[in-house]
Amino acid sequence: MSIDSTVKGNWFSRIAHPGQFASWTRPVVLPMAIVTALLFAIAFWMAFFVSPAASENVGTTLRILYIHVPNAWLSQFVYAVMAASALGTLVWRHPMADVSMKAAAPLGATFTALALFTGSLWGRPTWGTYWEWDGRMTSTLVLLFIYLGIVALWRAFDDQLRAARIVAIFTLVGALNIPIVKFSVDWWSSLHQPTSVLRPDGPRMPANILTPLLVMTLAFTTLFLLLHLVRMRTEIRRRRLYTLERNRAAALEQRA
Amino acid sequence: MTAFLAVIGRDLRLAAKNEGEVLTLVLFFVSVGVIVPFAIGPDSETLRRLAPAIVWIAAFLSMLLGLDRLFRPDFEDGTLTLFRHARLPLPAIVGGKLIAHWLLTALPLVLATPILALLLSADLETFWRVVLSLLLGTPGLAALGAIGAGITVTLRRGGLIAPVLITPLAIPILIFGVATIAPPAGAAGSASAAGLFLAAISLLLCAITPFACALAITAGED
Amino acid sequence: MIGVAPLPSRTLRVSALAGGRGERWLFADLDFVVPPGRILLLRGPNGAGKTSLLMTLATIVRPFGGTIEIEGRDPEQPIGAEIGLFGHRPAIKPRLSVGENLRFWTELYGGDVGAVGDGLDLVGLGPIGALDAGYLSAGQTRRLALARLVLSNRPVWLLDEPTSALDKQGESLVGALIDRHLDRGGLAVSATHQDLLLRDPGRVDTLQLGETA
Repeated sequence: MSIDSTVKGNWFSRIAHPGQFASWTRPVVLPMAIVTALLFAIAFWMAFFVSPAASENVGTTLRILYIHVPNAWLSQFVYAVMAASALGTLVWRHPMADVSMKAAAPLGATFTALALFTGSLWGRPTWGTYWEWDGRMTSTLVLLFIYLGIVALWRAFDDQLRAARIVAIFTLVGALNIPIVKFSVDWWSSLHQPTSVLRPDGPRMPANILTPLLVMTLAFTTLFLLLHLVRMRTEIRRRRLYTLERNRAAALEQRA
Repeated sequence: MTAFLAVIGRDLRLAAKNEGEVLTLVLFFVSVGVIVPFAIGPDSETLRRLAPAIVWIAAFLSMLLGLDRLFRPDFEDGTLTLFRHARLPLPAIVGGKLIAHWLLTALPLVLATPILALLLSADLETFWRVVLSLLLGTPGLAALGAIGAGITVTLRRGGLIAPVLITPLAIPILIFGVATIAPPAGAAGSASAAGLFLAAISLLLCAITPFACALAITAGED
Repeated sequence: MIGVAPLPSRTLRVSALAGGRGERWLFADLDFVVPPGRILLLRGPNGAGKTSLLMTLATIVRPFGGTIEIEGRDPEQPIGAEIGLFGHRPAIKPRLSVGENLRFWTELYGGDVGAVGDGLDLVGLGPIGALDAGYLSAGQTRRLALARLVLSNRPVWLLDEPTSALDKQGESLVGALIDRHLDRGGLAVSATHQDLLLRDPGRVDTLQLGETA
């Protein structure tokens, strides 16, 4: 008894789901970009005209904070998005989850780096130097290294689908460790530096600082969502192209 | 249970046949203690003050050096694939390998601390605290190393990237490890607090490592 | 004598199985059943997916679609506990002795550690049980792996080119061991370029992979 079997050409089913994603997100991109631009316009206007130039407990470089705080918030938010996507990959095997994870990583690294850069500029008048090992900045620096490690890990794999599950595991291990790192760094910095750096986001911030801050945070968050979406669409196209080329090479080989 | 012990026993026996490796690691550990005075200066007061940090950095670097050996030989000769069908579940096998790994890469370092203590002019009380902190913290380092090894074992050049991944996550262990030996002035009683945190972190990492590693190995062979 | 007691009865059932290597599809819509006492030979040119199919059956690689079931097994236990894999890589440590290697794997696979000596005799490695495995030739290492397979006492055998690196004697040994396994009620799937020297061609099925032009 002999069973005959040949490859059926149904690789479409493999990418159908991402294909659906690509088609229903296409009309979303342009409106999102417009909303993002509008939000930034409002936020910058408020930062320059509504907000005071300085305040007695924040220092003369107040306006930098409007960039720094949203980026610091995003550095954590993006990791949360990555961790949720990691769960999606491992637990529910959702086909778009690993694309989401991969797209978010460099964005998170960039926002974290911006947070560090602007935090350093903001701290210069207060500290006298461009860098101080205070709890908040140090944790952010460690987070940057974790992001960069994840980006490097993605690149180390040839097979991106295999990479997805492994990066997901590392992302979740990182998620578990990040609170521990924060806690230990805060403990460490409070031991070595009894005076802590002034915090700008206390509960009693005046409205003319708080409102621009919130709008700017919203603007940056929509920027991230837009860029994330665009990167996911690009990644889908890249994979589709790769699969097509791969199949073309295989078909050529079998005919030979 | 006997299968679990067989896993530990095999790794120990293999290391015994390659005794050079354990000694090399110890040599590296001591070397770091030797080169630091060249970089910092031979003033024994400075060295004594920095001794806890130097020991911990040396221990950390030594464990980074040893981590690729945990899974790579087994991956290359097909052992990891056959582990998947064993009666003992893969997390248990990883747990056994982790124990053997600690015995081979951390315990020798602890035994070599007298040499470092001597080179760095540490006193006796400090020396015992160093030993204690290493005993509490190196399981956590070994566990992190195992996660790094498990994640990168299927990569050809994986050994380069694993230390990069592990280092940020090892920071709490370094912080509490050093603080267990020598908390900074003005923090009374925090040495024992640090020690407890250190033990807690090590325990947590050792608990998740077998599962995280097994998952990574399974995903990597896919 | 080891390995004469009947094996628990299992049937390998595969439906709509699709799989491959990485993102490449190598086989799709595969349906077959291997009942106890039968062997399925996988044929096809290099790269046709024989090894990938074996690795998918072994649950090492996840299929792209379809199901694999080993009927008759305890659903509480993982499916891997039914499988004995004989692949390209030997998984033998050269610095440990022949006997130590075999004892380790038998222990880990829940086999009878006391029968290790008999296992070595069965494959012709009895006299060198205490020798470091690094001294073995390629053929002898394959025989050691065969002993490991027999001692693991698994009902489902998955064999990837079992006769490679073996001489004529080795080939008959493989045939004899497979016959024994099938006699005991086990089943096997084997990828092979050559014909296996089996006693009864009636219990052999063949599956052709790859383009048939």
